[in-house]
Amino acid sequence: MTLDPAYLDYPHRQQGMDHDLYPWSNLFTRPPIAWDDGKRVLTWIVVDLEWFPITPEDKPFRAPGHMQTAYPDYRHYTARDYGSRVGIYRLLDAAEKVGARISVAANGAIAQRYPELIRDIVAGGHEIIAHSTDMNGTIATGIVEDAERALIAGSLDAIEAASGTRPTGWLSIARSQSFDTPRLLAQAGLTYMCDWVNDDLPYAMQTGAGRILNLPLNHELSDRQILTVQQQSVDSYVEQMQDAFHWLDGEAKTHGGRMLPLNVTPYIMGLPYRIAAFERLLSWLAAQDAHGFARGDAIARQVS
Amino acid sequence: MREGAADPGLYPYSPYRGRPKIAWPDGKKVAVWISPNLEFYELDPPANPHRKSWAKPHPDVVGYSHRDYANRVGHWRMAEMMEKHGFKGSVSLSVALCQHVPEVVANANELGWEFFSHGIYNTRYSYGMDEAQERAIIEDSIRTVRDATGQTIKGWLAPALTHTPRTLDLIAEYGLTYTCDLYHDDQPGPVSVAKGRLISMPYSLEVNDHYGFFIYNMSPRDYAETLIRQYDRLAEEGEASGTVMCIPLHSYLIGQPHRIGAFERVLEHIVADGRAWITRSGDIADHYLTHYYDAAEAQGA
Repeated sequence: MTLDPAYLDYPHRQQGMDHDLYPWSNLFTRPPIAWDDGKRVLTWIVVDLEWFPITPEDKPFRAPGHMQTAYPDYRHYTARDYGSRVGIYRLLDAAEKVGARISVAANGAIAQRYPELIRDIVAGGHEIIAHSTDMNGTIATGIVEDAERALIAGSLDAIEAASGTRPTGWLSIARSQSFDTPRLLAQAGLTYMCDWVNDDLPYAMQTGAGRILNLPLNHELSDRQILTVQQQSVDSYVEQMQDAFHWLDGEAKTHGGRMLPLNVTPYIMGLPYRIAAFERLLSWLAAQDAHGFARGDAIARQVS
Repeated sequence: MREGAADPGLYPYSPYRGRPKIAWPDGKKVAVWISPNLEFYELDPPANPHRKSWAKPHPDVVGYSHRDYANRVGHWRMAEMMEKHGFKGSVSLSVALCQHVPEVVANANELGWEFFSHGIYNTRYSYGMDEAQERAIIEDSIRTVRDATGQTIKGWLAPALTHTPRTLDLIAEYGLTYTCDLYHDDQPGPVSVAKGRLISMPYSLEVNDHYGFFIYNMSPRDYAETLIRQYDRLAEEGEASGTVMCIPLHSYLIGQPHRIGAFERVLEHIVADGRAWITRSGDIADHYLTHYYDAAEAQGA
């Protein structure tokens, strides 16, 4: 058997990237960023607030954390619901204790189902990031462009209706995009997205519909990755965030402002046996020199 | 439940902040109940098309005999430890254990433990049952436990956590008052059923010994530390409104010699702390139904 000769064509074999979304850039030779008030490191807390229908869909793919057993999967449906009834309030209280303003990436369905929760979040001074419609609203190559456009609009509309504010940020489920996603997000008027994990600082992408920022929400630093996938303890999670902070703070002294993304999940970090460790982490961060907590929209504004 | 709907309609939304206050007896802050799963697994069960019983071709010698350790060794070690520290079990019972190993059931009954049903066997799943079949396992459960212990079951934990869309309606119709199958909260609350009154009893998968040892791969001491943290947090939050902590156990796991000692420290911690209402699931359900169910139901919480 012989491969199609086209397999040996390399049309993008050139200096730089194999696409036009953004150019290559070296973090350490970029102009330094100066955060407001002389902060060296800004911690960006992003809480994923998600609603999982008990009727999962596998097109284009089943979201991480979705139903796992035969129907009706009460086990996972209700354990996820725990996050939006109980866990989210533990996380909001933890943020409040240190005066942190955070970003909450909410499914549109959360806004439609629990508008009082959205009001509690906004009343605390926090930002809502659009996070698709519900956990069946996954995006990947193959999704029809009009369907993806409708999914983005539906998410933004639902959150605006509950919060009174149209989100400026977007997080896809599992950070999964189609080739059209950056353009459709820019077209929808969004300022930034959180899906690409190729940097430690925000950078701009150019799309057919204009510019959109990417704020890197490092998946490796998420509670899902460290606690659920890698099965490390919450104490180890805290140590890893402290180590990340120390390293970024060291770089910030010579290379300009850095940001530490903390991506947490109410049904994972909001459990009784884990939340105290997370509260300790926030207190520790709050006590560090030249450190601040910032919402995603505030970080985006400072780099624009 | 609303069959086929994205939201099964099990209960109304009630945010943790600003709920009516729950007060437990004697000013206690957290109701602690231990739920030993007293189970029987069959060596060669018939196949359910929705789920295999054993990972390996039958007989799955290690899988089967590991669980059988519970009824030969683990139960006795675990039960003695609980009794020593004043904890009564609320048993999630494979009711066929009443036939297979009545000695274990009799021992639990003599210790004053409560029984609720965990199906006939933990190798028989509810998936795919029709209504008559499901009624049969509920009626069998009520009858079998009553004959063996004199107790009338009040609660249900579906066998191997397998359900049908009818399960909650049916157990409420038969007069059961609580389900341990819903994991959405740290406090009890009304469950929407066709007739009768049913509440959700906070159970836990997260601090279940099976999850601790085989999902999270914790060491025995890490698991004990997790339980202590769970307790400390729920006791603290219980100052505002009474919480529930369930410790679900399998004696073939917690009753192993390398784990039982670490577990004893948890019981000592809870007893010494003093904020716990150390009780049984049915007593929590009775207290909630008497004092809080009507108000919660009325405000759609």
